[in-house]
Amino acid sequence: MDHAAAAEHTLETSTGLDNRKLLMWLFLASECLFFGSLIAAFLLYRGTAQDTILQTRDQLITQGLTLEQAKRESGPLLSEVLDIPFTSISAFQLLMSSVTMVLALAAIQRDDRRGARIWLLATALLGIAFISGQAFEFTEFHQHGLSLSVNLFGTTFFVLTGFHGAHVSVGVLILLSLVVMSLRGKLTQANSLTVELAGLYWHFVDIVWIAIFTLVYLIQP
Amino acid sequence: MTLAEIRGTKEPKKREEAPAAAVHHAPGEQVHPGPLEYVQIGAALAIVTGMEVGIYYLDIVRWLLISVLLVLSTIKFSLVVLWFMHLKFDNRLFTWFFVGGLALATILFVVVLSSLRAGLV
Repeated sequence: MDHAAAAEHTLETSTGLDNRKLLMWLFLASECLFFGSLIAAFLLYRGTAQDTILQTRDQLITQGLTLEQAKRESGPLLSEVLDIPFTSISAFQLLMSSVTMVLALAAIQRDDRRGARIWLLATALLGIAFISGQAFEFTEFHQHGLSLSVNLFGTTFFVLTGFHGAHVSVGVLILLSLVVMSLRGKLTQANSLTVELAGLYWHFVDIVWIAIFTLVYLIQP
Repeated sequence: MTLAEIRGTKEPKKREEAPAAAVHHAPGEQVHPGPLEYVQIGAALAIVTGMEVGIYYLDIVRWLLISVLLVLSTIKFSLVVLWFMHLKFDNRLFTWFFVGGLALATILFVVVLSSLRAGLV
């Protein structure tokens, strides 16, 4: 599009920018604070919780419990429950979903409606795979004795990753609604901004996981 | 709405009137990259993730491990934000909004952890 045509389609807002996109960026900025607080709370309590777990185990063993019983009572250490290869695959899935998302946007911007639909569906499926992996991981942790209430590590871990999972779930619902819109012929090049806004939200969810994967999973006390 | 439109000397523009072939670019925005570039960025992200996981299993000094992991994570973060979220190409105002939120989150993060004597290790 040349400059004259671009100027013609400049939106009549005080900033010249679309208010919906502006609002989305403001929302994402507020989400930075939300997840920043949750990650800070996790890191704050992780160390002390680990010390408490080890002390509790020592006390339980001196009271006559076996190591396995003491582990069950005190809750597991971080290193005993995290499965890095499995979580790496989940992280990879979410990263690749960002690629399919941006390919969906590129497709709808050139009015390739079928291509956009396929990429949106692929993104939603990768998101569902990620959530399924998280559900499996949570179940495994629970079987190892880690629950929301067992200690502060469990509480902060489940709140942080659970809120992220909830965000991914909302993203999947948005993506599936876009697929339905596309099937009904309501998703065209003219409203490609709808896909772009959904994409911004989805990529944000991805970058939050980039931070969580490093700070929670790879850097352990 | 402009003054000319209020006076009635100019027809107000509506979003729906934009031709179907046009993809809107606001002032200060550049054209977004094509699919090939997106796939290249995706490949780079996959490689960096592989490096992160590989480094995790290396038996190296802890401070070095943490530093390398943080750098790699920042690279991934930046690639997604700049290319996939188009901050490299879009209006600077969006960057200011996002960086503002990110800066506040980082300040909160550092203040909480340092005041309560906690850290990454």
